[in-house]
Amino acid sequence: MQSLPDAEVLLTQLIDQLRPSLGPTTGLIGIHTGGVWLAERLHAALGIAVPLGSIDVSFYRDDYGSRSLQAGIKKSAIPFAVEGAHVVIVDDVLYTGRTIRAAINELFDYGRPGRIELAVLADRGGRELPIAADYCAHSLSLAPSQTLVLERADDGRLGLRITEK
Amino acid sequence: MNSARNPQLNRDGGLQHLLTIEGLPREVITAILDTAAPFTEVAEREVKKLPLLRGKSVFNLFFENSTRTRTTFEIAAKRLSADVINLNINTSSTTKGETLLDTVDNLAAMQADMFVVRHASSGAPYLIAQHLAATGRDHIRVINAGDGRHAHPTQGLLDMYTIRHYKKDFTNLTVAIVGDILHSRVARSQIHALTTLGVPEVRVIGPKTLLPTDVERLGVRVFNDMRSGLRGVDVVMMLRLQNERMNGALLPSTQEFFKYYGLTLDKLELAKPDAIVMHPGPMNRGVEIDSAVADGPHAVILPQVTFGIAVRMAVMSMLARS
Repeated sequence: MQSLPDAEVLLTQLIDQLRPSLGPTTGLIGIHTGGVWLAERLHAALGIAVPLGSIDVSFYRDDYGSRSLQAGIKKSAIPFAVEGAHVVIVDDVLYTGRTIRAAINELFDYGRPGRIELAVLADRGGRELPIAADYCAHSLSLAPSQTLVLERADDGRLGLRITEK
Repeated sequence: MNSARNPQLNRDGGLQHLLTIEGLPREVITAILDTAAPFTEVAEREVKKLPLLRGKSVFNLFFENSTRTRTTFEIAAKRLSADVINLNINTSSTTKGETLLDTVDNLAAMQADMFVVRHASSGAPYLIAQHLAATGRDHIRVINAGDGRHAHPTQGLLDMYTIRHYKKDFTNLTVAIVGDILHSRVARSQIHALTTLGVPEVRVIGPKTLLPTDVERLGVRVFNDMRSGLRGVDVVMMLRLQNERMNGALLPSTQEFFKYYGLTLDKLELAKPDAIVMHPGPMNRGVEIDSAVADGPHAVILPQVTFGIAVRMAVMSMLARS
């Protein structure tokens, strides 16, 4: 069993990585659900003025059809003008890259961003698309049978956990 | 082998066709409403499109006139990136059955993926779904957009979405459906949906000549007097007086109908102060509803139209992936 770093420590590192890159038009967009938790924390810690956005990429995923009845799809909400903006997509775990591909597609339906970057807490390898994170606090290699999940406790503390299929 | 299987559901309980709300499990209705919610946001985007039905061909098969329903189905399909083909087919009354299936066969040969069917005969969409299954083409989905006096399931669903939007919970509501229940497929779909979702009191209000016999069997309370029927209700669902379906003298006159069953401000005062007023459209102002009510603060008639697009997107996307 691999030992995992503390997600709260990783979050601090991610904050430090992001800080120098922020500009007046930088907007954060979290991907539901773990990415939104992270984005909320980053947004507050970095004191970003542009309001926080969130997206649920379910409708843009290439495997939408193979999933069964899924209630629980959240509304996407991007409360700032995407056109020309510097957008940082925030997600908890980077794996195949398909979620990020879907997020970029969805983003373009709101306008043409000036620049898109990607911030993730952990990169677990296993990419199926040519996508890389610009900000990443931790890299590890996991077997396909394993899933890395971000959890949020009642007190708001974040934690990482590996589950086996 | 389960011969009583609902023909609308596939083996996994997923929605395959949408023909009627009758017999649809509560979880499926709730899943449709839940799926519709995130679609309401698409209308606010720069690009009002999602890729869910990209490359699919949706045929709007309207054997009976309709502007609103056809348009909202068309918008819903287009927002899901489908290709939409509209066919307004005037039926010749004699060879209707045969022509219907011939039409279906021809369109199926054009690689249709989905039929949205409006027909004056009850059961026509069911007949099409059966025909497709019997000829090994059950990958083609069928949505009932209103058949005769039978059902108008997407209208019933968008009404449920509207009620949930304003009232949150179904299990403490009193809902009144008012007017021409006899000819109304909308009323039937509404009654099935409301009772399935656990509304404790569903009332129907109308003159005896415009109520189906045995309507109580559907689990509703019947009122012939509108004033007593409206007392304390949370939701008033008005129906259109269907002049085109009236044979013989069911009504003395539309003026007389308005006097007894038209929704006016003074009648609406009997309902709860926060009651909402709904109407499936098109409205006959001064026949079943007074303009002061239709344009007043209780009316949610235009939001119904907007929600209808999201609900139809939800149904189409669920059928496409089942």
